[in-house]
Amino acid sequence: MSSWINLYNISYAIGEFLMGIVAAILNFFGQWIGPLSDFADWLMSVNVLNLVAILIGGVVVMVFVSIINLFIIMWIERKMYGRIHDRRGIMLPGPWKKTHKGTGFLQNLADGMKLIQKELIVPKNADKWMYDIAPAIIATTSILAFVAIPFSETFYVANINGGLIFILAILAIAPFAVVLAGWSSNNKFTLIGGLRGAALMLSYEIPLILSVIGVILLSGSLNPIEIVQAQQQTSVLGVENWYIIPLFPAVIVFMVALFAELERLPFDLPEAEAELVEGWLTEYSGMRFGLVFVSKWVRTYAGAALITILFLGGWSGPVLPGELWFIIKSYIVFVIIVWATWSFPRSRIDQIVRIGWNWLIPIAIISIVIAAAFKWVGWF
Amino acid sequence: MSDMWINMGPQHPMNHGLWNLKVRVDGEIVVESIPVLGYLHRGVEKLCEKRDYNQIIPLMDRLCYVSSLTWSHAYCISAEEMMGLEIPDRAKYLRVIALELQRVASHLMWLAAFAPDLGMFSAYLYSMREREHFLDMLQWLTGARMNQNYPRIGGVRNDMPAGFPDRCIKELDYFEKKLEQYKQLFDDNKLFRMRTEGVGVLSKKDALDLGVTGPALRGSNCPIDMRTHDPYEVYGELDWEVQVGKGGDVFSRYAVRMGEMRESCRIIRDALKKIPDGPVRVKAPLRPTGQGFRRTEDSRGEALIYVVGQGEESPYRLKIRSPIFAIMRALPVMLKGTSIADLLAIMGSVDICIGDTDK
Amino acid sequence: MKGTEVAGALREHFGDLVSDIVFPREDLVRVSVPRDSIFPFCKFLRDELHCEHLNLVSALDWPENFECVYHLTSYLEEYMVELHVKVPKDDPKIASLSEIWRAADFPEREAYDMMGITFEGHPDLRRILLPDDVDYYPLRKDFEGQSDE
Repeated sequence: MSSWINLYNISYAIGEFLMGIVAAILNFFGQWIGPLSDFADWLMSVNVLNLVAILIGGVVVMVFVSIINLFIIMWIERKMYGRIHDRRGIMLPGPWKKTHKGTGFLQNLADGMKLIQKELIVPKNADKWMYDIAPAIIATTSILAFVAIPFSETFYVANINGGLIFILAILAIAPFAVVLAGWSSNNKFTLIGGLRGAALMLSYEIPLILSVIGVILLSGSLNPIEIVQAQQQTSVLGVENWYIIPLFPAVIVFMVALFAELERLPFDLPEAEAELVEGWLTEYSGMRFGLVFVSKWVRTYAGAALITILFLGGWSGPVLPGELWFIIKSYIVFVIIVWATWSFPRSRIDQIVRIGWNWLIPIAIISIVIAAAFKWVGWF
Repeated sequence: MSDMWINMGPQHPMNHGLWNLKVRVDGEIVVESIPVLGYLHRGVEKLCEKRDYNQIIPLMDRLCYVSSLTWSHAYCISAEEMMGLEIPDRAKYLRVIALELQRVASHLMWLAAFAPDLGMFSAYLYSMREREHFLDMLQWLTGARMNQNYPRIGGVRNDMPAGFPDRCIKELDYFEKKLEQYKQLFDDNKLFRMRTEGVGVLSKKDALDLGVTGPALRGSNCPIDMRTHDPYEVYGELDWEVQVGKGGDVFSRYAVRMGEMRESCRIIRDALKKIPDGPVRVKAPLRPTGQGFRRTEDSRGEALIYVVGQGEESPYRLKIRSPIFAIMRALPVMLKGTSIADLLAIMGSVDICIGDTDK
Repeated sequence: MKGTEVAGALREHFGDLVSDIVFPREDLVRVSVPRDSIFPFCKFLRDELHCEHLNLVSALDWPENFECVYHLTSYLEEYMVELHVKVPKDDPKIASLSEIWRAADFPEREAYDMMGITFEGHPDLRRILLPDDVDYYPLRKDFEGQSDE
């Protein structure tokens, strides 16, 4: 893994090349118009090139996360729960066979196009401004989480020192938008859904963060890249030091809390479709609904990526490139999440609060103690 | 304002049918609930006064779109009671086989409606898949999947086709294996137990006082099944057991229904073994006089049709006793003090069918 | 308990009020009682003869009078009672049984809705299947309805 082939360097080179063309053209006209040459010099300065490189890198990651990757995970989920249900799932739109054996890979694109064409209905007495802003908050914060999630040592948008805190913080904004949407829609079902979202947040946000503390203790860092690098060292067991081994209770807690965070099925109380129609989403239509719906998958993938980084050794693995290993691992975690989602009934709000406080928090604290003990002994 | 009214219906994923449940909630807790009926009122009882006796059978089929055979049978047996008609033994056995096939199909439809209420969408598709086998059998026997129009006053429309018993037993073998799997899928599921046990308790006293019948009554530890309590057709001669639940909660009602599906399979096997040869239909009088009724065990509870004839082509009065109509009265009792999420489980467990409730 | 025993117990307690006793089946007794004694009669049936279950309240429209038919079941003693009560057309009122069996609540509302018989003492006598604002009783024989032609 040579250190110079990273996303930043590649996008710097691309930026330099593109800016060079622009500067050459400007210089050509600069023979007659003086200021253009100065402008070309400014464009070729290091600061501007840095900015361009970061922008290009960001666009690459975002395009990957929000388009290519998103289509793949949506397809995986829809195909997989189709199979769990003993049906074939989506099969018609797609580049390959148009029969029941088809993959239906482009079904989500077709659904998205349908949603874009639909009318955006705003309830008469809704708080228009809050009603509009809530899906935008959810969508932006979901995608923003990927700013700090590295796909490999070299494939990332920003290497933030407190990256883990940033990811957890930005993922925790969405429940606030849920309350906002539930209140502003001016509907009793959405109100109950929004308040359930608030109650849910109280019960899972604490164990989610507590379960991460063990990782922070062992790795001694809040930077996702350094956390993964700490896991790549060989442990007492003679294999790579993935934190899933010492911190197994924390993985369980993190997974369970993640289901609540993602509003997935055992804990999808804010949008329980059978009891509250669609919960806080009831009044949303068209692409507003589409944004929220798609953000759910983006957030699920963010959760799977977080588990991969924190507990599964990130991009470490033999032969294949690191990025590929990261994607393989995170897809496996995603498949586990989908599997659990479609096997369980929905729990009740008092039950999940009780699970959160009676089980998840004590287990998370035990895992912190385990981590501290290992750190003290010096095993991991 | 600490509490508010919400309308669960007429269009709501919770109500399987067209009705409205007005609920006053304090946060998540149900303080008061009022069922509002009548959205599906078709005036069946008035229609019956204008049709002749055989024309009523298809109307009765459409009373409950999930369990139509049991309703047309309830009418036919009441009309026979009124006319004093004795039907051939083979017709009785055929009726029992068709009824039990219909009962399993109806209970599977209930499971398919109950599981998504709790968020188990997978179970919905599983039970619909198994239901298909029973609808196939019904289609082979009666010619239709949904509104069979099979019983006749004085017997049944047609004898069973050749090869029916063998294939029927094959399907039952398959289904009984699957049923064990589903029992594991639900019973061993911790979250399912958490959602259903101790929820929506209906005490035996309340259940009797409110006129609740069927699986809901048997779930409240009261072994009343019209098939043994007042044996009609040949249920008294067949080998099976009444299913009783102990707790009176949602889980007991679920367990009773799952047990009934297993017992229905036993009944069908036994009936196929014991079925005698002979005619399947006798002639019925066209202009009978008298009055009569017979209690039958519908998939949802006690179905009673009271027929009064005055020597005309059509009955003078026909009155339908719908089991869900009584359970609707019991709902406010069961729902009081539960949360909105429990409301779903309770509503699902009583198996609402609005077709016969609104008549 | 056989139908004859039930009829005997009823005759013993109510004397001549019970009339037209018929036994269509062994465990079924069909009796007629006057309108005024329906409430004590049913109370006696429930408290003394274990009639736990009210199956059905039907209302019939005969040419000369209305008739309420109650089907009552005793699960414990395994018998049924079919109770016929005549209600005059010019004063269609009868005592409500919803204090004895809560199960009578909805069927009585339905009988009121369809036949226009008022059940006195009913806690919530409103229309149940038809909208609140209709002014006819469709199951009466003189109701012709409106056709779409």
